[in-house]
This record gives sequence, structure tokens and C-alpha cells, in this order.
Amino acid sequence: MNFDLSDEQKMLGEQARALLGDLSPFDRLRSLIDSGAEWDEPLWRALAEMGFLGVTIPEEYGGLALGALDLGVIMEALGGANAAVPFTSSIILATEAIRLAGSEAQKAAWLPRLASGEAIGTFAYAEGPGPVFATGAALEGGKLNGSKSPVADAGIAHVAVILVAGGGFALVDLDQPGVTRTRLDSFDQLRPHYRIDFADAVAEALPGTGKLDRLIDGAAVQAAFEAVGAAEACLHMARDYAMERQIFGRPLGGYQAIKHKLADVAVATELARSNAYYGGWAAEASPDDLAAAAAAARLSAIKCFEMAARENLQIHGGIGYTFEANCHFYYRRERMLSVHLGNRGFWADRLLNAQPGSQTKAA
Amino acid sequence: MDFNDNAHEAAFRAEARAWLAAHAPAHELVPGEKMPDTEEADRGRAWMRELFAGGWSGLTFPKALGGRGLSGSEAVIFSEEEGKYHLPKGPFTTIGTGMALPVIARHGNDEQKARFIEATLKGDLTWCQLFSEPAAGSDLAALRTKAVRADDGSGDWIVNGQKVWSSWAHLSDWGILVVRTDPAVPKHKGLTFFVVDMKSPGIETRPIRQISGASEFNETFLTDVRIPDANRLGAEGEGWACCMTVLMGERLGSGAHRSGVEPLLDYAAATPDGHGGTMLDDRAVRQRLAEALADEQGERFFQARLRTMVSKGENPGALAGMVKLAYAGRYQATNGLALELRGLAGIAPDAGDTATGDVQYDYIYSTVMRIAGGADEVLRNQIAERVLGMPGEVRMDKDVPFEQLKG
Repeated sequence: MNFDLSDEQKMLGEQARALLGDLSPFDRLRSLIDSGAEWDEPLWRALAEMGFLGVTIPEEYGGLALGALDLGVIMEALGGANAAVPFTSSIILATEAIRLAGSEAQKAAWLPRLASGEAIGTFAYAEGPGPVFATGAALEGGKLNGSKSPVADAGIAHVAVILVAGGGFALVDLDQPGVTRTRLDSFDQLRPHYRIDFADAVAEALPGTGKLDRLIDGAAVQAAFEAVGAAEACLHMARDYAMERQIFGRPLGGYQAIKHKLADVAVATELARSNAYYGGWAAEASPDDLAAAAAAARLSAIKCFEMAARENLQIHGGIGYTFEANCHFYYRRERMLSVHLGNRGFWADRLLNAQPGSQTKAA
Repeated sequence: MDFNDNAHEAAFRAEARAWLAAHAPAHELVPGEKMPDTEEADRGRAWMRELFAGGWSGLTFPKALGGRGLSGSEAVIFSEEEGKYHLPKGPFTTIGTGMALPVIARHGNDEQKARFIEATLKGDLTWCQLFSEPAAGSDLAALRTKAVRADDGSGDWIVNGQKVWSSWAHLSDWGILVVRTDPAVPKHKGLTFFVVDMKSPGIETRPIRQISGASEFNETFLTDVRIPDANRLGAEGEGWACCMTVLMGERLGSGAHRSGVEPLLDYAAATPDGHGGTMLDDRAVRQRLAEALADEQGERFFQARLRTMVSKGENPGALAGMVKLAYAGRYQATNGLALELRGLAGIAPDAGDTATGDVQYDYIYSTVMRIAGGADEVLRNQIAERVLGMPGEVRMDKDVPFEQLKG
């Protein structure tokens, strides 16, 4: 047994952190929000240049054909920087859906462009309030009708994979007359969400069926890496501030009320990281264990990032409530990450459903 | 990253499995079987003798000292395979192998090593730990049991005081003991470490009536107990360093408990919800149990990361306390939740509802898990200070001679 990342994976993570440290400092995030930007396009180009977008894409389609753990260390770095790029939408979801369910022609048409970053994809699954995986939109005779909302990064995406009636996927080019995109007021100011209305939009089915579970289990593992990176960034930000800030004649970080809070965040983060590692390992080496591993990773990631984002702002005190401080980026993103791909209750059900004898009655 | 055994590990596991299949079944306990403490301890000794005869004792212990000198990962493999049998193991065996042996190996002289190590590995000697006192728990160095040299020129030590929470002291052959030998220096510096024959005159152990109803812990009174200087481990004043050696073993061992969220899923599934289903269909219950299960898996995989660190020669340090901190709190919370599932029957079950009895016992016992082997608050301090690099606590007693401290 060797339950640690390889030296190559650690190096990949360091490269990603270094790049993000250079190109995506907090002041950059502030200016993106101020200008109402859709995304950080130069950062996306830089990630593409490093080959990070194609990490898990097969070599014949221009990728590096690496595994879930390699992708995970990049997601951890992106989470740490709170980066404003459509990595989850385009790479973790749209690209993976096409890889899992697409025809040879669809893969050949899209994967190389998605790997290079030239095309951006998104995955549209929710349809307003209610369960996040909704199937009201319908594909019939090559025409897509219905609405999807909210859909992350739809303003910049060229192509979308749509969850449709029957549980299958439709592939639709977003630049066409039958598609209307409306920007929504998005809680995470660095991840714009859209409503998309389809009126006889030209679309084609991805022929593979029954791929939704595999898609979202894999995405849950990657979201766990992202949340762990973000939680650790919050933990370090809070620790550093508490060490520097003097209160009643000594550092704020010397008080047990603060030390114990951060110790609890550190424990939750390490447990979540351990579950994310196992999920990444299972995705490659033990597919039968992936469903349970992904659900556990997802639940513990939600927990650690929730604690970290809240306590980071709390420890900063009043300054944490200002736009000039950096706590709010994570405070907002945390809620977005905690509900995208399904909330705690959804993943709790999936975890128990993966245990023998504990399935939901209704299921 | 690979969860599977490499070729060497797989061969070792096959060897362990074959040996256990041939030898373990004869020593297994019947689940639910009740027996007197003395018999349980004797059966523990018999299993240790079997392990020693088969060459499975002291796996990570240096060869020169009678162990096998294997790696941590091999020890983990053996304990995984051994754990598949319901064997008589408990404090009566593990205090010796996990606490007494490391401190004797590190701080003992050659004569002490020859006298105690093999006998302990074989199960001929069992041990108890005489550390905590009524007024010295998390602040162990505040202990007051004192030893002074006998005035007869023998060099012997005369010990007086009271120890507490000494598991199985009433059935142990020897104890590891820390006492104060110099009250004129600051508290950590005036301690000295001994091994003591529990049959020495002046030692009296009294069982403590615990809230669980059991009495596996004792208070031990030491009245004019004479200990030869040959039973001192390390130098006078070196007692605190010896304690640290022992407590590191305790911390690393404390994460090994299985938590049992899975039995609680069965328990919920066996509890009707009054609407034709079971409590496992209840959304709130599902969510809380699922989160506990996720935590349990996280603890297990975090433990696997720590073992990987150890196998690479790295020291996990205060990270090891994270597993115990997470485990103990979850153990209490989930069993507390389980006690709510059966309504009023959770607090007064029908005769024969042994499952509820187990939940009740675990809920009571979980309190000790949050205290023993590093209380939650001590572990949080250690994690904050040693993992996150935050400031240490304000210490009023650091440079003050022990005899001048208040209290």
C-alpha cells in the first residue's frame, strides 16, 4: 500500500499553484468582479498552454491521458486560488460527458478543441427550483425544447451537453437562433450562471446511455479536490491573520477560542482530502467502489469548506466584511460548490444507497 | 497511489493469513461470551505465547531486542489479518507491547532489556500504566506521587502517592510508573521513571465504579512502596522524556478503533418509523448517518496516509492526534443519534433488545474516548500549535519550582 500522491503529481500541483499565484492574485479577482467580467480569459489561455485542460483527455484527441488524481491536484490548486475559469463546466463535465457518451465523430469533433481550450463547453442539468438533475427538456427529431437554469459559464460556452428527458444527453451548439441565454444574478460573482431557453434548437443525442451516474461521481471527486484546496486556503488565511493581529496585548491566534476552531477546520480538511484521494484512486483503479467513494468525498468536502469559509471570515472580524479583504470570494463560492452537482441530502442518499441494505425505499 | 499490496506485501499477507488460519481459531472468543477478568487476561496471555512461538510478536521491534524488525506496513497487514478473528486482546496485552516495551527499549539499560522484553512479548509479564493522578490528568507533569531514597543506604526508593485510571492494574504483573523525585525544580524536570512489581508490599488497587457499570480502571494506592534503584528507567529527572515515549505510542495506537457506523445503519433499518417503513427512510437520519459514514471513511483513509508517512520514515507528529479527535466526537454523536431512533424504547428497551444495549454502552463509553489518551482540548492545542504553527498556551508554571506552585 502507498497512499500518497506520486512525486509527479505533487510537482503538477506545484506548477498549477505557481501559475495561479502569478496570474490570479486576489486583486485580479476584485477587478474581474468590478468589470462584470464573464471569466478570466488570459488565465484560461495560460492553463491551456500548460496542457492542464487536457489532462484526462485521451492522447488521440490531443490530451495527456493522465488520471483522476492528476486532474485532482489541478482542481485543488484552482480551488485554492478561487480561480474564475470554466474548468468544471468545460473539462470536468462537458468534456467528460462527451468522452463517456459521445460517438466517435462527436469525440473527434469536440475533444481536441476542448482540450486546447479553443472551445468551451458546459453541462446543463438543473431546471429551476427543485432537484438539480432535472429532465424536463426534451430532444425529439433533432430539435431541443425546454429550459435549463441555472447553467454555469453558459455565457462563454460554445457547446453544451444537456440532460434531457429519458436521462440521456443532448449535444447542442449554443451559437444558433433557437438558443436564448439570459445572464442571472449569480451568488458567486466569479462564476456567472445563465438561464438557457431552447426553441426547436438543432441538437443531437450523445449515443451512450446510462452515463449520468458515472459523470457526476467523477465530478463529485473533482469538486471535493476543489473544495479541499479552497478550505486549506481559508485555513491558512485565517491562521496568518490571527498570528499577525494583536488583541489585548497578544496575538489573536494565541487564544484557544481561535486555535481550537482552526484545529477543527484542519481536521475536517484532512479527512476530506483523504476521502478525495480515495475517490481519485477508486475512479481509476476500483470502479465498483467509486459511487461510495465519490459520495463520501463530496460530503466531507462540503463540510470542511463550509467550516473554513465561515470561520475564516469570522476570525477576520469587521475587515472580513469588506470587499477589500479576501474572505468573501470563498464565502460565496462555498455556497455555490455546496449545491452544484447536488446538495448534501442528495449525496447522503447516494452514499447510503451504495451500502448493502441501506437503499432508499423510494428508489 | 496504490491501495493494493505490492508483491512483497502480498507475500507477507499470505504468510500471515496461513499462520493465523492454523492457529487463531483455537483462541477465539465467542461473541457475547461473558467471563471473569482473570480468565480473559489468561486467554490473552495464551494468545501472546502463541504469537511468540510462531514468530509474530514484536513485529516492528528491533531484531537485536527479540523483535522481527519489520516495517510499519507489515505490522498493519498483520493486524488487519489478525483483526478478522475475535481474539483475546485488550489493555492487558497492549499496554505491555505498546507502552512498556517502547520505553524500556529506548530508556532501559541492557539488564532491564534482557529481563523484561522477551518475557513481555511472550505474555509472561503483563503491564499497567501508573501515570494519571486525581489532580494530574491532561497536566500530567503536575503529579504529586513522590519517591525519596531510603535512608538505609540501599539506594532503594520509597514511593508514596495515588495513581488513577490504571487499566487492569488489579491483574497486571508490573507497572510503568512516573513519580516526583525533586520538588525543588520546575515540574517537568523533577520526575523520574520506574518499573514496579505490582506484588510489592504497599500497593493496593481498588476498582473504580465507572458510569458504564464496568470496572476495568483502578485507583492504585502506593504506601511506602520500596523500589530498587535497578528498576529506575533512565536517569533521575528524565521521567518526562520517558513519558513522552510512552504517550507517542498511545497516540499512534489510539486511531485504530473501528467506529461502527455500519451497525447503526442496521439498527436504523430494524427500527419501524410508524409509516410502514424504517428509520433508515427518514431523510434527516439518512443525512446524519451518511455524514458520519463519510467521516469514518475519511478517518480510515487519513490513517492510511499516516501509515504511508511512517513507512517512508517520516514522523506524523501531531497529525496522529487528528484521527483520535475526529473518531471520539463522531462515536459519541452517532450513538447519541441512535438512541433517539427508537423513541422511548431507546432508554428502556425490552428484554432481549441487545442492539439497544450495545448503543447505550457505546454512548456511555464514548465519553472516555474523548478524555483518555489526549483529551479533545489537548489534541486541539497540539494540532493548532504543531500542525498550524500557532502560539503555545500562556504558562504560569513553566520556570517555577514545583514546591512553590499553587494548588
